[in-house]
Parts: sequence; C-alpha cells; structure tokens
Amino acid sequence: MIPLWMFLVVGAALFAIGVFGVLARRNAIAILMSIELMLNAVNINLVAFWRYLTPETMSGQAFAIFVFVVAVAEAAVGLALIVAIYRRRQSVVAEDMNVLKW
Amino acid sequence: MIELPTLESLNVVVTLPALALVLGAIVLLLVDVFLPERRRWITGWLALIGVLVSLGITLLTTDRTGEAFGGMFVADSFTAFLNVVVLITAAVGILIAMDYLRRTDMNRSEYYFLLLFSTGGMMFMGAANDLIVIFVALELLSIPLYVMSGFRRPETRSEESALKYFLLGAFSSGFLVYGIALIYGATGSTHLPAVWAAVSAIVEGGSSAVYLVLLGAGLIVVALGFKVAAVPFHMWTPDVYEGAPTPVTAFMSVGAKAGGFAALLRVLVIGLPSLIVAEQTAAAWVDALALIAALTMILGNFAAIMQTNLKRMLAYSSIAHAGYILMAVAAAGHPAVANQGVQAALMYLLTYAFTNLGAFGIIIAVERNDGSGVSLDDLRGFSRQRPWLALLMAFFMLSLTGIPLTAGFVGKWYVFWASINAGQVVLAVIGVLTSVVGAFYYVRVIVRMFLEEGSADLAQPRLPRTLRAGLIVAGLGTLIFGVLPFLAADMTTGIQIALAALGGG
Repeated sequence: MIPLWMFLVVGAALFAIGVFGVLARRNAIAILMSIELMLNAVNINLVAFWRYLTPETMSGQAFAIFVFVVAVAEAAVGLALIVAIYRRRQSVVAEDMNVLKW
Repeated sequence: MIELPTLESLNVVVTLPALALVLGAIVLLLVDVFLPERRRWITGWLALIGVLVSLGITLLTTDRTGEAFGGMFVADSFTAFLNVVVLITAAVGILIAMDYLRRTDMNRSEYYFLLLFSTGGMMFMGAANDLIVIFVALELLSIPLYVMSGFRRPETRSEESALKYFLLGAFSSGFLVYGIALIYGATGSTHLPAVWAAVSAIVEGGSSAVYLVLLGAGLIVVALGFKVAAVPFHMWTPDVYEGAPTPVTAFMSVGAKAGGFAALLRVLVIGLPSLIVAEQTAAAWVDALALIAALTMILGNFAAIMQTNLKRMLAYSSIAHAGYILMAVAAAGHPAVANQGVQAALMYLLTYAFTNLGAFGIIIAVERNDGSGVSLDDLRGFSRQRPWLALLMAFFMLSLTGIPLTAGFVGKWYVFWASINAGQVVLAVIGVLTSVVGAFYYVRVIVRMFLEEGSADLAQPRLPRTLRAGLIVAGLGTLIFGVLPFLAADMTTGIQIALAALGGG
C-alpha cells in the first residue's frame, strides 16, 4: 500500500504551487485558479488523513466535501467580481487595479 | 453506519438566536421578490426587525447552554456575549446605511440580506465547537462582505476594493483549511474538545506529531490574522476600508473583527491551550501572538498619523485596535489568566463596536453623495455648523484614544490588566506607549473640528432620522460603558470558555 507520507508530499507540493501562483501571477483569473489549487491540495490531505488515520468516522470526508462546496461558492462570487471589473476596464490584471494605493 | 439524530440530540433550542436570524434572512429574500418597487424601503426595516428578534431571543435564552448538532455547535456565555456584540453591530449597521444607500443611489435590497447572512456567519463563529464549523462560518461571514464592499458598482474604487478583499480573503482561507487539515491529521478529530484532549496526550507523550500541530496552529493564526487585520497580514485593510461604501466599512471593521477574534479564541483557548513545548509555562502560540500584537499596535498607530483620508485613518486605527485585542488573546494562553484574557478581549470588542460604529456614522453624515468629503481637511470648522455632531465625534475620538469616562478606556483597562497579570509587562508598556501615539491623530481630528477655521459644506441640510438613531445607540453605548464600567464587568465575569480541566493543569 502507498504510505501516507506520499499523499502528504503531493498535497504540500500542490499547496506550495498554489501559493506561488497567487503571489506570482498577475491575472486575477489565474490567481483565482491558484487559490482553487490550494484548496484542492487541502482536500488531498484531508482524504488521505481520513483514510489512514480515522476511517471509522466520517469527519475527514465530510470536511473535504465542505471545502469544495465553499470553493465553488467562492469562485462564483470571485468570477462575478472579475466580470464586473472586466466590463469597465477591459482588463483583469491585478496590477491595473491601482486607483487605491496598494 | 450513520445514525440518524433525533430532534432532542440536535438540541435545536440553544441555536435559536442564530437560527432565527438566518431563517429571517431567507424569508426576507423571498418577501423582497414580491414587494413592488415603491415599497422596497420596507426591506431594511424588516431586516432590522429580524436582528432585534434575534437579539431578544439571545437575551432571553442566555441560561440555555449546551452543545447542539452533535457537538458541532456550542452555546455558552461566550456565544451569548458575542451574539449581543454582533447583533448590535448589525442593527447599527442597518440604521446608518438606510439613508446613505438611498441618497447615493445604491438602494438595492441585497445590502440587507448580505448583512444578515454575514451576521449569521459571525454568530456561528462564536458558537463553533468544531474546526469544520469555524471554516464554514468564516466563509459565511466573508463571502457576503466581499460582495458588499463592491456594492458601489460601477464606482472603480469600490470594485477594486471588493476584488482585493476577495483575492486576499480567499488566499487566507486556503491557509486556514490547510492548517485545519494538519491539526486533523495530528489529532484525528476536528471536534475542539477532542483536539484539546489529543494535543494534551501528544505533548505529554513527546510524540513528533507536535510539529504537525504547531504548523497547523501557525497556519490558522496566519489566516485569522488576515481576517482581523493584524500586521503583517494587514495590507488589504486600508484599501478595502477606503474603497468600500462607508456603512459597509463600519459594519466590517467591527463585525469581521468580532468574528475573527471569536474563532481565534475558540481554536486557541479551547482547542490548543495545552500546546506547551520546550518546558514553558504557557502555550506555544503565546509568543507568536505577543509579537504580532506588538507589531500591529506599533505599525497601526504610526501609519495612521500619516493619513489624510478619514476612512483610511480609521482603517489604520482599526489595525491598531486589533493589536490591543491580540494582546488579550495572547494573555489567554497563560493557564492562570485564560478566562481573564478572554473576558478582556470580549470587553474590548464590545466597547470598540460602539465607538467605531459611531465614528463611521459621523463620517457618513459628512460624506457627499459621490463619496468625497471624507478627508481630514473637510472637517475644518465643523463645530460651527454642527456643534452636536462635532461634540459626538470628539467623544468617539476620545473613546478610541482611551480617555477615562469613555468606553474605550474600560476596554483598554481590561486588556492591559489581563496582559500584566499574564506577565507580559513589556507588551503592556508597548500598548500604553502606542496609545499615546494614537492620541496624536485622534486629537488632531478634534483640533480640525473645533480650533481651525473653515467651512465644511455638508451634503445634507439635516441629519436623517435613521442615522440619528444609529448615532444615539453608538453614543449611548460608549457613554454608559464608560461611566458605569461595572455594568460591563458584570456581563463578562461569568464568561469562561477555557475547559474546566485547564485550571488544574
């Protein structure tokens, strides 16, 4: 059987890629995608922990479901905001948002 | 096998305050659809009634305590106190918004639903007894706030503030769930009392899982630090507070902070108080929090001096105030003063709620319809035109400074006292010194209003009745808790969220 730590390494790597994406990408949509990547990395962790440590209770799985439900809600609001901004400025680049001092 | 819960085991009664509010919000969503356009003004009043009903239920059921929904939700004195704070915030948030939304041409009913749902999130946050609930409640709190800060569409600054808040908020919730997942992995549970038991066992057994818990706790502190605007995670605050419509800023500066600190206290004081490493006497997160608190107080107060926009100044001031509350949270990590620290944090949240809502209420009164007129210079000569408003603003500024006979003083007194009892004398000294720095920019507002000549031309000839009601609530709260501090002391003394076992070691 595949040991637990392998799943954790994959999860950590995906999370790190997500964090890097948020910090390095300029495009708001790409930042949103990176955030989704972070949340899915967490799901891998949750499900792996559940399977290896507490398969008799539901909480890990249930939590993973909550995480992606919330991720969808967040993406819906985020994309709506991005579309609203795009309509006015024809741009979704985070650095163009400079009316307020960052 | 999954057991179907019975109604008794769900113990719905204790969740009534939060339940009433959320159900009220859902019913309001439906009612609003069927209201004709010219009757839309009713929605705001209905939302206010919903908040007051929930507040009434909270006050009537304070003795109903216990767990609900299989231990996910817990009602205790902490929950009740926090409910009172956020419901007052919501009520004042509705009152000061009504006229503002109408005159700035964004009178959309969504404001009220979103505010109610966000308030529901704050209430669930105070009642969370499980890491899953903390995550879901945090999102319920935040997602409506993202939309509300972009409410002044199509005004560029408002849209921009919404996007910034959203991107950083979603980023921080990624850290929160990762931290929760690590704690779940180390302890095998997301239920906070179970986490506490498991962490105690891990620490006593010297297992290496303690590193997993440490990392998880660190990530959770980072995420909630974003929510409460603690340095170094405060970068979004001034931009979002400046760009968002002023009533939204008022609501979120108090409400999101109350929710974030409720979650911090729940996770750290109930879940992880026994995370004591390397032969220290206090929990491992105390030093980190104390450092963050010191940085937050210093940076918040000094950066506020530089600001010329009132909303931006209050944004930095709210960062500084987060530092004072963090000081109390750090004190709560010392087993002997755990309850005192929690009480001080709650006390500070209550007094800050009244004062800050009042200050933003005055800004709403002076703001012009296009969102301008909120710079410090616009207040020149304000006392000639509106002596009462100017006096009230001066009163709120003194309360934010922490002058005796105002609520702000009582909050600060409690926090400093808890901090000194916890042995964090250096931190308390930093707190006092930064308060003095804070006095500089708060008093500058008073000087502008009373001592400098000028003609602040005001948008409205007279104060709308709803805004006046909101200001009266905020002013009375600030006055009563300032003059009669024992009232607040009576309210908080019984509050204990630390487990009984904690006192014995």
